[in-house]
Amino acid sequence: MASDSTVVLLGERSEIKPRPRGEAQRLSPGRFALVTITLFTFAFLYVPIVVLIVFSFNSARTGATWQSFTLQWYERVFNNPRILEAAANSLIVATLSTFGAVVIGTLMAMAMERYRFRGQSAWDGLLYMPVIVPEIVMGISLLIFFAAANISRGLLTLVISHIAFCMPFVYLTMRARLADFDRSLEEAAQDLGADEWVTFRRITLPLLMPGIISSALLAFTLSLDDFVISFFVTGVGSQTLPVYIWGQIRRGITPEINAISALMLVLSIVLVIVAQLIQRRQRA
Amino acid sequence: MIQAFRERRSLRIFGLMGPGAFWLIVFFLIPLLIMAVISFMSRDQFGFPAPPLTLENYHDVIKDIRFNPSISFESGLNIRLFDGLYLELFWRSVWLSLVSTLITLLIAFPVALFMSRLSRRYRNLALFLVMIPFWTNFLVRTYALQFMLRGNGPINTALRALGLEPIDLLFTPTAVMIGLVYGNLPFMILPLYTSLEKFDWTMIEAAHDLGADTLRAFQRVMLPLISPGLVAGSILTFVPAIGSYITVELMGGGRTNMIGYTIAQQFSASVNWPFGSALALLMMIIVTVAAVLYFRTGRGDQRAVL
Repeated sequence: MASDSTVVLLGERSEIKPRPRGEAQRLSPGRFALVTITLFTFAFLYVPIVVLIVFSFNSARTGATWQSFTLQWYERVFNNPRILEAAANSLIVATLSTFGAVVIGTLMAMAMERYRFRGQSAWDGLLYMPVIVPEIVMGISLLIFFAAANISRGLLTLVISHIAFCMPFVYLTMRARLADFDRSLEEAAQDLGADEWVTFRRITLPLLMPGIISSALLAFTLSLDDFVISFFVTGVGSQTLPVYIWGQIRRGITPEINAISALMLVLSIVLVIVAQLIQRRQRA
Repeated sequence: MIQAFRERRSLRIFGLMGPGAFWLIVFFLIPLLIMAVISFMSRDQFGFPAPPLTLENYHDVIKDIRFNPSISFESGLNIRLFDGLYLELFWRSVWLSLVSTLITLLIAFPVALFMSRLSRRYRNLALFLVMIPFWTNFLVRTYALQFMLRGNGPINTALRALGLEPIDLLFTPTAVMIGLVYGNLPFMILPLYTSLEKFDWTMIEAAHDLGADTLRAFQRVMLPLISPGLVAGSILTFVPAIGSYITVELMGGGRTNMIGYTIAQQFSASVNWPFGSALALLMMIIVTVAAVLYFRTGRGDQRAVL
């Protein structure tokens, strides 16, 4: 059941079953309605994004009247040291917290999946909690905690917090993968004389690799995307990109924001493609 | 021998659980507990927590609640029995979040249904198209929507060019609602799709053969089987909605206040940590109760979804 739920929660895909043909192909009124709603929904989701990208190439400073094509906003983005620093901060935080979250989340998933011990269901519940606690509550509680513990806010507090909210998602993904894991392969290795460490390194880890990579991608994206929690645990001079963007939006319209947004969008498209390719290779 | 085995086993469990358990306790649970304690503290002149312990923060939330029945027709029929600043804030937050979750569900369900019935090739394409907004920065997407709806944004520029009246939608409750639905749609479509994709349609045929009409077949056969996706999608929509900060600020301009936004303000603009903590704790209680109720309405085994 845990595996099933994680698949649903994270929108991961299961094996596709062949579908009976015929019924779905007819254009009945019901099907027509479904097509229409779907097209409208995709338009709703995509029009703002596409418009924003288009206008990131518009030379007009304000308003939505098209003047002429320009790359000057992109030029400004790449020449603005504060933006570059924020982007670097975001990448550093995302990389470190992905590493941390993947390691401790995977270890925890192994313990929870392979052993039965006292207090286990309490841990299971606790691991689901960060999913249903609103971000804003996590943000302010961490702010209070760091203030109480007298830890000055900066990259360190960002990494600590990002590991905390990414780790449950890694755990859920890895738990699902471990549930499908064929343990007889490990037993076979041990029958052939491999000790536990060798078994782990040569059998367990390679088999878990696809799961580790997709949970790492998930953690990386969650960390890069996070604004609310970062906003509260960030310090002076350690702004991440979303926190910087937020400050700029609140200060007023700058066309540079359109350019940064377009770039971030391209980044997420690349991440989706990578994730899809990994899944496809896994199935093959 | 058995003793040694047991010891090694518990050592291993400890080693595997240790780092994660440490992190969860120290950087998740303890901060929440400190927040709970602070919600019972007074505040110093700067708005930071100080002794002594007090119930005042909670009293501040409920003190202005009066019995004051009223009916108004502003933005639909409004029947109210009680009056009170924070009561209204909580009520508005819960209401907006519930309605936005329902609208999101009503849009997402047909989309997910349609996607699950596509041929394999188109299904992958449609899935790809849902994944992109799913993985795209929420702040950036909300900003894009705000850009669209601005007074001098693309929609109004186009309307003016056509000689039509521009629409003044931004910074209204409707804009917040649109923002919540827009932001959360991918988080509803994807879990629903995952459930629907696994759904075996021959079961509907079987239900029909056994004499069930379409509604009954949906209710008794389909609903229980897709409910994991339904529950996951609703929670992934409701929880961010009630705690939303970005959407309230960018789409509502802070004018349509919601609880998450008010909490954030206690920690930024107007500093009052104890009161903000009290509001946060109350919100957590609401979310938890909502989640539990939601699970209960389903069958027992659906608890496993979250």
